[in-house]
Amino acid sequence: MMEKDVVIKAENVTKRFGERVILNGISLEVCRGETFVIMGGSGCGKSTLLRHLIGALPPDSGKVYLLGKDLASLNEDEMDRVKKKIGMCFQSAALFDSMTVGENVSLPLREHTRLETHVIETVVKMKLELVGLRGFEGLMPSQLSGGMRKRVGLARAIAMDPEIMFYDEPTAGLDPIVAGVIDKLILDLSKKLSITSVVVTHDMKSVFSIADRVAMLYEGKALAVGAPDEIKKSENPMVRQFISGSPDGPIRFFQQKDDYLEHLMK
Amino acid sequence: MIERIGGIIISAGRHTYRMLSLLSQTCFWIAVGPFKRKFPKPEGVFSQMVFAGVDSLIIAFFVALFTGIVIAMQSAYQLSRFGANIYVAPMVSIGLARELGPVLTSLVVAGRVGAAIAAELGTMKVTEQIEALETMALNPVRFLVVPRFLALVVMLPCLVVFSDIIGIFGGFLVGVFNLHLNPYRYITFSFQFMLWKDVWTGLVKSAVFAMVISMIGCYMGLNTKGGAEGVGKSTTSSVVTSFILIILFDCILTGIFYFAKQ
Repeated sequence: MMEKDVVIKAENVTKRFGERVILNGISLEVCRGETFVIMGGSGCGKSTLLRHLIGALPPDSGKVYLLGKDLASLNEDEMDRVKKKIGMCFQSAALFDSMTVGENVSLPLREHTRLETHVIETVVKMKLELVGLRGFEGLMPSQLSGGMRKRVGLARAIAMDPEIMFYDEPTAGLDPIVAGVIDKLILDLSKKLSITSVVVTHDMKSVFSIADRVAMLYEGKALAVGAPDEIKKSENPMVRQFISGSPDGPIRFFQQKDDYLEHLMK
Repeated sequence: MIERIGGIIISAGRHTYRMLSLLSQTCFWIAVGPFKRKFPKPEGVFSQMVFAGVDSLIIAFFVALFTGIVIAMQSAYQLSRFGANIYVAPMVSIGLARELGPVLTSLVVAGRVGAAIAAELGTMKVTEQIEALETMALNPVRFLVVPRFLALVVMLPCLVVFSDIIGIFGGFLVGVFNLHLNPYRYITFSFQFMLWKDVWTGLVKSAVFAMVISMIGCYMGLNTKGGAEGVGKSTTSSVVTSFILIILFDCILTGIFYFAKQ
């Protein structure tokens, strides 16, 4: 597994929105074929980090390498070539709601390949079969449930047979069974097709069922990186608190900066 | 106070710059797309043309018809004093071809199509669909803006020709049934005084208005922020901005055509 074929590398990535520092010098490496999970509380910058890794946001400082290429140095055509090798599964599925399920899944194939229509139709059926939705090609996204939309989004993301898959909270807002199905899909894809996966989530159950390695983010920094077992045994009180979901601990739930009493009396 | 005025000017300048860069990207894709095998699919452009053009026929019909009737009645009110009722005909046809046909049709289309573009792209933006396009290596300008731009630039002048004809027909109704003019003479007079210039200046205007409507709609849509409220805001501001810019460009173009003849 760890033959050190690094496909994603972030070096000291920093990002601020206005005054707020979102990412504070994050470095990480993801190797080919592994499932790398980024976990952390809401607002800790994990979705922002994901957007940096796919080149959707440029870092203020630091570098991101994807498939060995420095994203900042690529021109538009080179960037497009890299993007065709990655797939992204969005938190809200991000299906095009003016298109049917079939058209959504076939869109990248129709735009980027010269395949015949019947070949594309076959590929669409195969991808939808993988996510258990074959036969739903003709439906519009608005006719689907949240879980089904997410699975269609996943089918669309793997339509071009990507080398790397990115998942933004794939199981958030789904019932436990669908969440389990999605976790199994992610595992299947990475084990059977040896796709590298980067998963952003705060669902502890899926973290420990799919991850080869885990990074925990807190306040724009990577607190701990390691195999799930190491993370479980971590001495770091913040990591311990996050895993146990305890309300008391070093990670403060309160975001307020001023004194409560003073504010009330004002 | 001065600070605020300065701020407004700076932000207006920034929007203008970004809108022009969107326009230049659109022109780039139209010019370069065919050679890179990246021209928008004909079906996509066609469906936008149906939406922007064919579906606007009914509303353009009513606006043009009533405008024609109104110009005929208003000019008859003046011309009848000189016993020059027959001049209602060229008044209506030239007024429509030069000015009212392009401007009123464009305003209607800005309200109908421009708002729809802003709302659609705005919703796509806030639901991550634009980002999804980008991660699939599909340029949103090429994929979303170019078909809408082309469809409007082709269809709006066509709509204007249609409106001109319907408006002349509206004037004809007043001329024949109210002013009791000879129908044959009315038609002859309508076109006798009309120059080619009257028609093509109107069509050039409408093509420019089409660019304004599609660019503003797409720009506002693609720059939407913050959920449903943001979509509402960008829809409103796309209509308001289009209206102002249509009238502004109308003034500029009319000025150019007016002084160019000398």
